[in-house]
Amino acid sequence: MENPYLPYPVRIKEIITETEDRNLKTFHFEFIHPEDEEKFVYTPGQFAELSVAGQGEIPIGIASSPTEKGSVMFTVNRVGAVTTYLHNMKPGETMGIRGPLGNWYPWEEMEGKNVVIIGGGFAFTTLRSSIIYMIQPENRSKFKDITVVYGARSPGMLLYREELTQWEQRDDIDMHITVDATEDPDWKYNVGFVPTITEEKITSADNAVALVCGPPIMIKFTQPVLEKLGFPPEKIILSLEMRMKCGIGICGRCNIGDQYVCKEGPVFSLAQLKELPQEY
Amino acid sequence: MDDKIFSKEEWEKALEGLKDSHRIFVPVKEGDYHTFARLSEENRPDFDFQNTRLSPKSLILPQSERMFDYSLDEKSEEAHILKEATKESSPQVIVGLRPCDALAIQLVNINFDNPEYRDPWWVRGIESTTSVGLGCNEPCATCFCSSTGGGPFNEKGLDVLLYDLGDNFFVRSLSPKGESLLEKVQGGKSADGSAKEEAEKLSASALEKITSKVPTDQLRGKNVNALFDAPFWDEVAFSCINCGTCTYLCPTCWCFDIQDEVLGKEGDRLRNWDSCMFPLFTYHGSGHNPREKKVQRVRQRFMHKLKYYVDKYETGVACVGCGRCVQHCPVNIDIREVFELANGL
Amino acid sequence: MLEYTDKIRGIARKLLEEGTVDVFIGYKKGSVPMMNEPLLINDPGKADLLYWDSHCGLNLCNYITKRTDRIGIVANGCNSRNIVTHIIENQIKREQLYIVGIPCTGMFDHRAVQRAVEGKEISEVREDGTTLTVMGNGFEKTLEKGDYLRSNCALCLHRNPVEQDEMIADKVEEQKGMDPFPEVGEIEKKSDQEKWEFFTELISPCIRCYACRNACPLCYCPTCFVDEAQPQWVGKSIDPTDTMTFHFLRAYHCAGRCTDCGACERVCPVDIPVRQFTSKLNKDAFEFFEWEAGIRSDQRPPLDVYKIDDYNDFIR
Repeated sequence: MENPYLPYPVRIKEIITETEDRNLKTFHFEFIHPEDEEKFVYTPGQFAELSVAGQGEIPIGIASSPTEKGSVMFTVNRVGAVTTYLHNMKPGETMGIRGPLGNWYPWEEMEGKNVVIIGGGFAFTTLRSSIIYMIQPENRSKFKDITVVYGARSPGMLLYREELTQWEQRDDIDMHITVDATEDPDWKYNVGFVPTITEEKITSADNAVALVCGPPIMIKFTQPVLEKLGFPPEKIILSLEMRMKCGIGICGRCNIGDQYVCKEGPVFSLAQLKELPQEY
Repeated sequence: MDDKIFSKEEWEKALEGLKDSHRIFVPVKEGDYHTFARLSEENRPDFDFQNTRLSPKSLILPQSERMFDYSLDEKSEEAHILKEATKESSPQVIVGLRPCDALAIQLVNINFDNPEYRDPWWVRGIESTTSVGLGCNEPCATCFCSSTGGGPFNEKGLDVLLYDLGDNFFVRSLSPKGESLLEKVQGGKSADGSAKEEAEKLSASALEKITSKVPTDQLRGKNVNALFDAPFWDEVAFSCINCGTCTYLCPTCWCFDIQDEVLGKEGDRLRNWDSCMFPLFTYHGSGHNPREKKVQRVRQRFMHKLKYYVDKYETGVACVGCGRCVQHCPVNIDIREVFELANGL
Repeated sequence: MLEYTDKIRGIARKLLEEGTVDVFIGYKKGSVPMMNEPLLINDPGKADLLYWDSHCGLNLCNYITKRTDRIGIVANGCNSRNIVTHIIENQIKREQLYIVGIPCTGMFDHRAVQRAVEGKEISEVREDGTTLTVMGNGFEKTLEKGDYLRSNCALCLHRNPVEQDEMIADKVEEQKGMDPFPEVGEIEKKSDQEKWEFFTELISPCIRCYACRNACPLCYCPTCFVDEAQPQWVGKSIDPTDTMTFHFLRAYHCAGRCTDCGACERVCPVDIPVRQFTSKLNKDAFEFFEWEAGIRSDQRPPLDVYKIDDYNDFIR
């Protein structure tokens, strides 16, 4: 019997400090057994449990795209005991990954549509996975316009800055990078909160799906903007965070109503969430 | 297989005869209450009880269970790599569990063994267990099993059912597992028609003795948010002290936590029972807690049993009416009253 | 006890009607014998739900912590002492409270009553003055209250409330002349090894449900040390070391604060006599500091004061 709690052993290949406060680091892992990589088949939007022997596990969204072979990537915010320990680990060290877990963004439904991506802060990881996935030459034609609004508190708090710059230069993505505030005179992008920039830059909900990830406050204020633009709740897609342990819908803690966020989620449409108790 | 009759002494002897090939768990008196313990010289079975204080769920889902072990010794090639912990999985027999508790294991099984994921420890626990139930001649005033899809002699989830006829046990096999167990058992004789009649009578009269009844089938059609937002939760939750008594005594509560523990260079990953009554249960690393307040946690426990489980698995409630929470809640929060409130909404 | 119930209902109704208090906290009759449920009402029309007999097991002081409204509350000796402790620990203000004082002759030990009928199911109990008549299928037995008191009640030196706005009846005579810590004396006589074995055995059935902690009005820390995750002080399994750590540390947190209300012991689902831990600390508080918790509202508990003339030099 396959043991769904058993992590695949991985080695840390590379660690990149993402933000100026050094609280966000990106980890690239390679599988110790190549056959495990073949088994670890994922779709953008899914997450995995990062497992550190002696410390525990934490559920983290997969930031790499399945089109990027050779390693998997996670961006980890330092908040608790496991993430703090993880932040102090070094390339070459051994740990584990368990997954992929949960559902994913509705890729079939998004084909042939305009895709609006709205992200805030460190909750940009599975959105990065999604962007990379969509701009692959073999995938790009499946989607119409791609528009991205991504904001952080300050320029130094943006994730994946090099890639943001590259995407900014592409003509097949409409990028709107923003920060809450900055004193940098050379800052050439937007200044303003994500909901405001969304209202300014997104002009139509026609044939569009919006993927929204961010802190609760951002989601709270972005939601009415999208609804005003004409996005029906079925086309507003959110990814939720919840305290999780097993990641496979068994241990019982991450439910919203009868849905386990770890198994039936983390991706829900606003329409689905409206049917569920407001307890997340 | 024919029904059999064992004198009670014969039955105890028969269990002794199984001890070498099986781990036998029996109700044992410990202080003022009964609990399941492994049959041994010291642990003698005592079948004169209404129900065990703790349900037998721990025999399938132990309160603390090692999942993996690992070495943190950098010199080891296997350092930091988790290995499944070895666990006793030789055949075990639970003798004398009540039909409500057997049904509970069935209800919990849907969670641990589903089309997407099979929990290996649970599945092996179920596979290695033969359940020999003991019908309830005298249900308690707090028993409401006949309202929750069970009954004092309900057979669901049991491999063998014992009927206590006074000096004798009437023993009925209910499954191939039960047959194979009874084939190994020494003693007893075939039950004649009058014994069968006596057993049937016993079962019917026990059912009549259930005085506590509450409809549990009215919640499926109700809107989840209407129940969630119902006005009575504050009142229900007021006296709750948020301890884990209800969840730990409940035979259908299965939630667990996963923890790593290290001693020197050796470590374990364990799972421990956890409780939705505890604030930490849903506490995010960020400090946010979706069920920060007591009333939210109390509501979660009842909503899970009465509604979420029902909706998720399109089945009955996740309660078998054993009455443990009713008897032992330190502040007398009575799930039957919560059913009534929810039904009345 | 019925006359107490009537008086409580009358007082609660009046307090709520006249707006003296916003809420009234008492007990209501439980759905199973020998069990009453803490109850909060804010509607004078619900005053008749209130109830009092010798099975009021939970300490109501649990329910006033950090409340901001005006509260009417019934309190016997130990509960009133916890209210005093709450006041000096700034968990509630005296002026928010209207304390309905109850002279108390002790609560029944439901486990002892159960033992008296050999564990048979009790369907009904009737309290009558100093006796309890216990009924069930085919039996009826009358017990003398004095023989079936909870152990803390049998040893209680403060049956009358120490703080109240109104007494519901005349004070009862206080018990005198007994050793309030008989069991501690027995444990103190043991060798270290014997003590270790005694406590190991004592906690062996513990299921870490924390009912003892949560039933205790003293345990109001926003995050208990056993729940702290960063750092995690105690393991969460039922390893005896962790379970022992929990019980000992919890008891020490109560040193000089425990009123021996017995709620911790009343609620334990596996019948652990957890007062064995706190009694020792109560004895020490009494013998070293002449301190009984919750008697005086003008002095803080011995373990949270600093005195320049302390007789221990490590603290000076």
